[in-house]
Amino acid sequence: MADRILLAHGSGGKLAHDLVQKMFVDVLGNPILAKLDDAAVFTASGRLAFTTDSYVVTPIFFPGGDIGKLAVCGTVNDLAMSGARPLYLSLSFIIEEGFPQKDLEKIVNSVKEATDEAGATIVTGDTKVVDQGSADGLYINTSGVGLIPEGVDVSGGNARPGDKVLLSGPIGDHGIAVMSKREGFSFSTKLESDCAPLNDMVADMLAASSNIHCLRDPTRGGLATTLNELAKQSEIKIIIEEERLPVRDEVLAACEMLGFDPLYVANEGKLVAVVAAPDAERVLNAIRKTRYGKEAVILGEVVEGDSGRVVMKTHLGATRIVDMLVGDLLPRIC
Amino acid sequence: MKFLSEFRDAGLAKGVVSQIHRRSKTPARFMEFCGGHTATILRYGIRQVLPATIEMLSGPGCPVCVTANADLDKAIALAQMPGVIVTTFGDMLKVPGSHSSLQKIKAEGADVRMVYSTMDAIHIAEENPSKRVVFLGIGFETTAPTVAASILYAEEKYLKNYYVLSTHKLCPPVIKALLASGEVNLDGLICPGHVSAVIGSRAWDFIARDYAIPCVVSGFEPLDVLQCVDMLVTQVEEGNSKVEIAYRRGVRPEGNPEALRLMHEVFEPCPAQWRGMGTIPDSGLKLRSTYQRFDAECAFDIDPGPTREPQGCICGDILRGVKTPLDCRLFGNNCTPEDPVGPCMVSSEGSCATYYLYGRNSGR
Amino acid sequence: MCLAIPALIESIKNEEADVDMGGITRRISLRLTPQAKVGDYVIVHTGYAINILDQHEARETLKLFEQLAKAAEEER
Repeated sequence: MADRILLAHGSGGKLAHDLVQKMFVDVLGNPILAKLDDAAVFTASGRLAFTTDSYVVTPIFFPGGDIGKLAVCGTVNDLAMSGARPLYLSLSFIIEEGFPQKDLEKIVNSVKEATDEAGATIVTGDTKVVDQGSADGLYINTSGVGLIPEGVDVSGGNARPGDKVLLSGPIGDHGIAVMSKREGFSFSTKLESDCAPLNDMVADMLAASSNIHCLRDPTRGGLATTLNELAKQSEIKIIIEEERLPVRDEVLAACEMLGFDPLYVANEGKLVAVVAAPDAERVLNAIRKTRYGKEAVILGEVVEGDSGRVVMKTHLGATRIVDMLVGDLLPRIC
Repeated sequence: MKFLSEFRDAGLAKGVVSQIHRRSKTPARFMEFCGGHTATILRYGIRQVLPATIEMLSGPGCPVCVTANADLDKAIALAQMPGVIVTTFGDMLKVPGSHSSLQKIKAEGADVRMVYSTMDAIHIAEENPSKRVVFLGIGFETTAPTVAASILYAEEKYLKNYYVLSTHKLCPPVIKALLASGEVNLDGLICPGHVSAVIGSRAWDFIARDYAIPCVVSGFEPLDVLQCVDMLVTQVEEGNSKVEIAYRRGVRPEGNPEALRLMHEVFEPCPAQWRGMGTIPDSGLKLRSTYQRFDAECAFDIDPGPTREPQGCICGDILRGVKTPLDCRLFGNNCTPEDPVGPCMVSSEGSCATYYLYGRNSGR
Repeated sequence: MCLAIPALIESIKNEEADVDMGGITRRISLRLTPQAKVGDYVIVHTGYAINILDQHEARETLKLFEQLAKAAEEER
């Protein structure tokens, strides 16, 4: 095989078929995908969750992962946030002409590792190749189908005054890890992206309590944006405490240097849960027993009044508003 | 973070706050000049923990906010010239000029790159010998020496394609103009911490001497600002007016002589246009003629077109401390962080942006 | 204004230093603080050290806060 992706690889001819077979089918190996029918056919009964996301991260390879791992975890996690067990994923590539095949191999291997960990299967896909100069190397879209267990009703609109707000671990790891490799930021760190599949954590949480009202993963826009979304959807007010917010030293340092607030930096392996107060401790313990939840905390609570508002009790004990992220996170000097 | 996190400690704050409450009997109006101090005050809710005797006012210490439209239009015009790469700190990307912004023309294809340091801009110039790289120099005396150093680096490396468009400004002249205008009555000034690290606390002596206003140089962590307020309150209660340093770990009376030397080697004072305050003599910095070949104003034929000021925008009044963002009829309606009309809303340290982000509904 | 943070100088080469800002490291210029040494903390703004941080003063300031906090506790 040539060592770079060519336009012909996306045009459906022999070259394209060879690529799909060797690069995708042989690596991702499962009977549904191997059929290579126009559509994947499977049976599933019960309440289904369905989600889609596109991944355009730069750089493609970052500390702690790559776009392939991200594409799987992101979609698996969206399913998990509805309480669903992930079943089947689609995997579509848009590749820039000239993209090194070795890199594509690495990415597909990451996809395999991530789906194996999540217990999900890639059953269908697509490959397009575009002219040089487009697609920033490579874009991925994944869609996913999951099964929601009986009796589980998790939604952003279910939060109630009195509920506790839980956070599964330190914030800002992914955003800062990715930034450290981008031009114009230049700093070194051992920090890695927290990119991880959270479906096992969610399953354990649901086993611990049937009073989990909301689940959401704070990706782009950070924790602040996610909390605001929940507050608006449920029409309630959320108060969190700055003293309890877990932030790694490296994230704090990078944020201080660049002028960011960790509340707005992206995460890819964390969740926020809104839980009925009596079950909060039990759910917290369940999270802390999982691989990615050892540093989970009860961050705050849902209260009456000021619908849609999120406030934070600062280190000094005063309160201030925490708004959604507006525009992009840009570094500043003053 | 060492020498940072300790100065955010809630337990330690209680002691200073107690002392302020005990000492403060006379109503007093303090101005924080610096956008960074405004941000700390609002981010930690410092107003909420201070006694009602103290009123805090925000001043024009945000270099982004005070950049005149005409200057930003020049940067935008440069970026639209063929073969030019404009490098800038992130702060300036979204600031609206007369007709556009650097971010907008970047989306239209202009080569505008964000950098964290002038060292990054120098690297871009080295890596793109066929392009001309212009660095948009904004900031006060904290930043100007770093830009001066970059010009000296460029000279030593024989770089022929690195230029600086200087819109740098100086703090003492604008504070003097503000006080001389008689528009604002102050009982104390929270002096900028990092500007003072460079120019020294002695630079503020004229305020205590000529205007009998207490001055205290403050750091940027919540404990720093509280300590500063405590020291100002003490001066007010004792009827003093002198210059003191609260930020003792970062600031000396003489400042950083080497940084000042480099700044004066490359730059000289010139009249500068401050948004909302007009032209103030000797309040800006321009490159000296010895360094003319690095000066974008000399090397390029810049045609920014006619300047246009936005209707209804009272950024000027807000910057001078005579109005607050809540007095502006555009605030929160036509002028929001997503869709800013004036620079006070764009700059993350602008009064309007900080009020919008932290201040709505939170206490006084 | 003027975002600047404390950083520990780990090594110096010519006029540049590798500094640690609490878990992240960066190369910065010491052009404005040529007298800075390995082991010093400097205040870094846009990739340049603008001053050497006075560690003794830092500790004294913290001690002052501690005394005030203790006094406030005792009053209760």
